[in-house]
Amino acid sequence: MDYKSDIIVIGGGLVGAACTYGLLKQGLNVALLDEGDIAFRASRGNFGLVWVQGKGYGTPQYAKWSLGSSRLWPTFAADLLAETGVNVELQQNGGFHFCLTQEEFDDRAHRLQSLRDAVGEDYRYEMLHQAELRERLPGVGPQVYGASYSPMDGHVNPLKLFHAMHLACDKRGAIYKVERRVQTVTHADGIYTVQSAGDTWQAPRLLLTAGLGNKDLAAQVGLHAPVKPNQGQVLVGERVQPFLKHPTIFVRQTDEGTIQIGDSLEDMGLDDTTRTDVLARIAQRAIICFPQLAGLNLIRSWAALRVMSPDGFPIYQESSTHPGAFVATCHSGVTLAAAHALRLAPWIAGGHKPAALDVFAGDRFLDPNREFNNGH
Amino acid sequence: MSESVDIIVIGAGPAGMAAATVAAQRGASVVLLDEQTAPGGQIWRSILQASSARLDRLGPDYAAGRPAADAFKASGARHITRAAVWQVTRDGVVNYLENGASHSLKGKQIVLCSGAMERPFPIPGWTLPGVMTAGAAQILLKSADTVPSEPAVLAGCGPLLYLLAWQYVRAGQPIAAIVDTTTGEDYRRALPHLPAALAAWPYLKKGLGLINTIKRAGVPFYKGATNLAVEGEDAARALTFNAQGRTHRLATRLVLLHQGVVPNTQFTWALRAKHTWDTAQLCWRPDADAQGRLDGIDGVLIAGDGRGIGGASVAALQGELAGLAALTDLGRLTRPDADRLAAPLAASIEKNLRIRPFLDALYRPKDANRMPADDVLVCRCEEVTAGAIRGYVDIGCAGPNQTKSFGRCGMGPCQGRMCGLTVTEVIAQARGVSPAEVGYYRIRPPIKPITLAELAATRDDFPTATPGVQP
Amino acid sequence: MATDLFTVLPECAAARSVRISFNGVEKRVVPGTTVAAALLGAGESRLRASPVSGDSRAPYCMMGVCFECLVEIDGVPNRQSCLIPVAEGMTIRSQEGRVQLDAKEAVSHE
Repeated sequence: MDYKSDIIVIGGGLVGAACTYGLLKQGLNVALLDEGDIAFRASRGNFGLVWVQGKGYGTPQYAKWSLGSSRLWPTFAADLLAETGVNVELQQNGGFHFCLTQEEFDDRAHRLQSLRDAVGEDYRYEMLHQAELRERLPGVGPQVYGASYSPMDGHVNPLKLFHAMHLACDKRGAIYKVERRVQTVTHADGIYTVQSAGDTWQAPRLLLTAGLGNKDLAAQVGLHAPVKPNQGQVLVGERVQPFLKHPTIFVRQTDEGTIQIGDSLEDMGLDDTTRTDVLARIAQRAIICFPQLAGLNLIRSWAALRVMSPDGFPIYQESSTHPGAFVATCHSGVTLAAAHALRLAPWIAGGHKPAALDVFAGDRFLDPNREFNNGH
Repeated sequence: MSESVDIIVIGAGPAGMAAATVAAQRGASVVLLDEQTAPGGQIWRSILQASSARLDRLGPDYAAGRPAADAFKASGARHITRAAVWQVTRDGVVNYLENGASHSLKGKQIVLCSGAMERPFPIPGWTLPGVMTAGAAQILLKSADTVPSEPAVLAGCGPLLYLLAWQYVRAGQPIAAIVDTTTGEDYRRALPHLPAALAAWPYLKKGLGLINTIKRAGVPFYKGATNLAVEGEDAARALTFNAQGRTHRLATRLVLLHQGVVPNTQFTWALRAKHTWDTAQLCWRPDADAQGRLDGIDGVLIAGDGRGIGGASVAALQGELAGLAALTDLGRLTRPDADRLAAPLAASIEKNLRIRPFLDALYRPKDANRMPADDVLVCRCEEVTAGAIRGYVDIGCAGPNQTKSFGRCGMGPCQGRMCGLTVTEVIAQARGVSPAEVGYYRIRPPIKPITLAELAATRDDFPTATPGVQP
Repeated sequence: MATDLFTVLPECAAARSVRISFNGVEKRVVPGTTVAAALLGAGESRLRASPVSGDSRAPYCMMGVCFECLVEIDGVPNRQSCLIPVAEGMTIRSQEGRVQLDAKEAVSHE
């Protein structure tokens, strides 16, 4: 079959789905192509944090982009509820980043101060030592030195978010096809052509949101997106009575009561198998944070591959050699979902480009004078 | 620090015991891990504790387990009971929980013998108290001499259903009814396989004998039953169904369902072994060679119902074959010796399997009982209906893992054991493709629940771990 | 509430020498049986409330694959009772929905 649309979006994960939703709201006809059921799919592996604190150290534009997205989130969640009836359970009443040693605590304080200096008074946080922390979060273990708390932070149910976005895209008439792995994109006379599974797709605009697949696809349309996999492992416990009312960086309780515990950061290549020694370490840390979790039954573990750029920051760019072709990739697809739908998509649809995004062009990695590291 | 042994066997049923026995008899160091307190698996459950009265009640196929269990006990294999294996890795590491702590063993060869489990039977009301599997009732009979207080309704199809009924009759327990879903069409489908099945005449004769006994006992029998549903608010109250052109309602507080058994594939999926969808048995089977070596995974073998339903005799033979293969791969048996010993076993397996196509055809579970109506619960743990799953397919969900993402289906404590097959088939039906194309859940450890503390303690540095060290 | 779905065959019932309690009610059960089998044979037919809907649930498979037989045994919640043999003095409670995490120290399966 031949399909014609205003834009082809390659990759239906959190970034692709959010952008597609935003594009549909701009009135475009959108074709969204996705891989199959067993694909690496960073979107399936996430913690659901809508997180601002600590991000963008050294690159304040990222801190501002994250803060901006978190402010758009209530609107985004309300839109999704109105359109689909699915409540994504957004909660934005603050989050905690635990510091297990004084050294971590001091580093953290320094980082956050630096971010506040760069971003401004809007950047709100508090450093809490043990005693104060235990007042805010009863149950915190005695070995936790302290934490940074920020009212800017929150969490959402990422599975409901994913479901809601796909429902919304479906209702707004997106053509969504799975089992459509895309390896080649061609461009002629201002039209992008993609072929997959016997179908042909054509549109004057193209958006690459294919996660790890972006690297090869981007190169075909004059874009540079050198992303690599970075593995994170997570443990999931059974449902328990409400005990944790705020998300923390290592442990959160979902609206359904399940406990999520993470996470790790490792270069494992294209490997999403879990490793017991790492999981055991994650378990140890969780017990240090909340000793009452010791008896929690673990139901599941998983490992997922983050889509990591060399500096850990997103890549957003329109191709100069192939106008109308865009790439969008990040490893915070939940936090940035609102921005993707409500600020990025209008640009991709042909609107004005937010100046804030200039710093995220993929070309920055071509600068021979710069060094990059993606430490969280 | 893991202790290292030659062969680790998982599961103490017919296959596991046979594998462990032959290997230990030939001098290999063997550890057999099983969840129960005593050997026997499910089919020969509590065989070593069985009184003569129980042996008599349960029949000769059960009693046949006794020599196997005795041989296993005498073999020199180390039997670790009440061990919940929560992980098996491709490197031969087996992690298990026993007595409140996690332990690790390394085996040069691993033989998986976790057997089968009942096929899910998703009908309205199947999650109510008072609805159980026929296998569950049989376990109660075998291991606890426990029987229904009031006559139960047995519903479904397959040899185990009739066997249970026969055992109840012998125990003097009245049965309210057998509601059999087998239809004329099933007989017609099975007929071409009858000649091959006749080669297993003793088995067929036994089956006919069972059914005869049940009928002579006057047990009410309904044939060609459809639209099964359990009625009740907080507990089962009745079974309703259609049969012979009428709607029936049988008041009962105990409904025992059965429509065959399927391989328990948690370990093989977690190992990322290749599986094939068996269109005759309507289940996944791990790919393995004739001796049971898993395709593409060195050092891990599979034997028994876990590689495909064949019954206890076949399982025992396969277990012995796998044990011999493991010994060969360890260098403890020469190839010629192994081939010589394997030949009669393989021949026996082939002979015992001749009845299978007939049984698979005759007792093929009905589509409606595998791919139920929209309002029927498919995922018992997370309470996801068949309709919800079809809805996900409508918005583009291609397979069971995306279904998990959208609706938590398969994310509960049972880790997809009770819903996996149903979800695969419902999606396949909704998409109009084969189950093979749809695939199955990604299964990950822990295969059985482990607490955070038990997991944390697997590291040598717990509880003195330094806070702040990155994983 | 005892609703007697199952009963132990008379010739074996004589051996009910182990005392356990379920939700505070003492039961005398046969040694060597699993908790689930013992409870079913002692008149119990509801072991828990689903943490999702609150619906009553009871054992389904009796072999450790369905996870319906979860109860609290001696203070440890969500144990698969069909896999655990009865012991003298065992205190068993129905698992009413979600686990309440204890403020006390590490708990593990016994």
